[in-house]
Amino acid sequence: MTGLSLTTIGLGHYLALSAALMLIGTVGVLTRRNVVVILMSVELILNAVNINLIAFSKHLGQLHGQVFAIFVIAVAVAEAAVGLGILIALYRNKGTVNADEVDLLKW
Amino acid sequence: MALAGAVLTVALRNAVHCAVALIVSLLGTAGLYLLLRAEFLFATQIILYIGGVMLLFLFVIMLINLDESRQQRHFIKGWWLGVLLAAGTGAIGLRWALEKPWPGPEGALPAASGGNTERLADLLFSEYLVPFEAISLLLLVAIVGSVLMARPKPSAETGETPAKGAQA
Repeated sequence: MTGLSLTTIGLGHYLALSAALMLIGTVGVLTRRNVVVILMSVELILNAVNINLIAFSKHLGQLHGQVFAIFVIAVAVAEAAVGLGILIALYRNKGTVNADEVDLLKW
Repeated sequence: MALAGAVLTVALRNAVHCAVALIVSLLGTAGLYLLLRAEFLFATQIILYIGGVMLLFLFVIMLINLDESRQQRHFIKGWWLGVLLAAGTGAIGLRWALEKPWPGPEGALPAASGGNTERLADLLFSEYLVPFEAISLLLLVAIVGSVLMARPKPSAETGETPAKGAQA
């Protein structure tokens, strides 16, 4: 815990928060059964990445990180739209939203 | 706030409650953006994520009947393996984040001409113009793809789509 001071909020705090968010999101992706919640966890992970990008953007005094964060948000929105579309099609065909019951590719 | 919302998103049983917890987490993240002087991204986060994406999630949760899944298990069988894997990765990330004193011009922001949004737009439309256009193409493909994916299956004998419109 060398990088963290208790009085001022620096880059290390943001990085630690981002790592924790990433950890929680990864746990969600790996352990939940409901595909909707898995997609929400992916959103959490992408938010952790955004916090990292913007914290470094502030740290280095440049705006390039924020531009990349915009791109990440756009990709996240596209991913959510396509993922939920796939989910609706899946539910219509299989009648389930549980990730371990979807074994169409298993022979 | 962001962390508590994230934990609840993963831990809660009802998917609607998960969505509300995710909204809390996204709001906390938006507050962090404001602290980091990223005002445009703050607005984008609230409008796009909380307004758009969460609406999409709640709409899909309503569309899909989740009542029968409320009594089932909510975590996969090998959940401890997933937690272990994630904890290992997260421990590496946390260690990496906490140990190094990061070099860089701390607090030495160049004299800003204009607001955050203006400078962001300047950068976006000069240096990052090609990625910007690429991302617009990606969004177009995503829109068409999700509509195509979510619309009712074409009837097998005629090959035509039924008259019912796309539900995306």
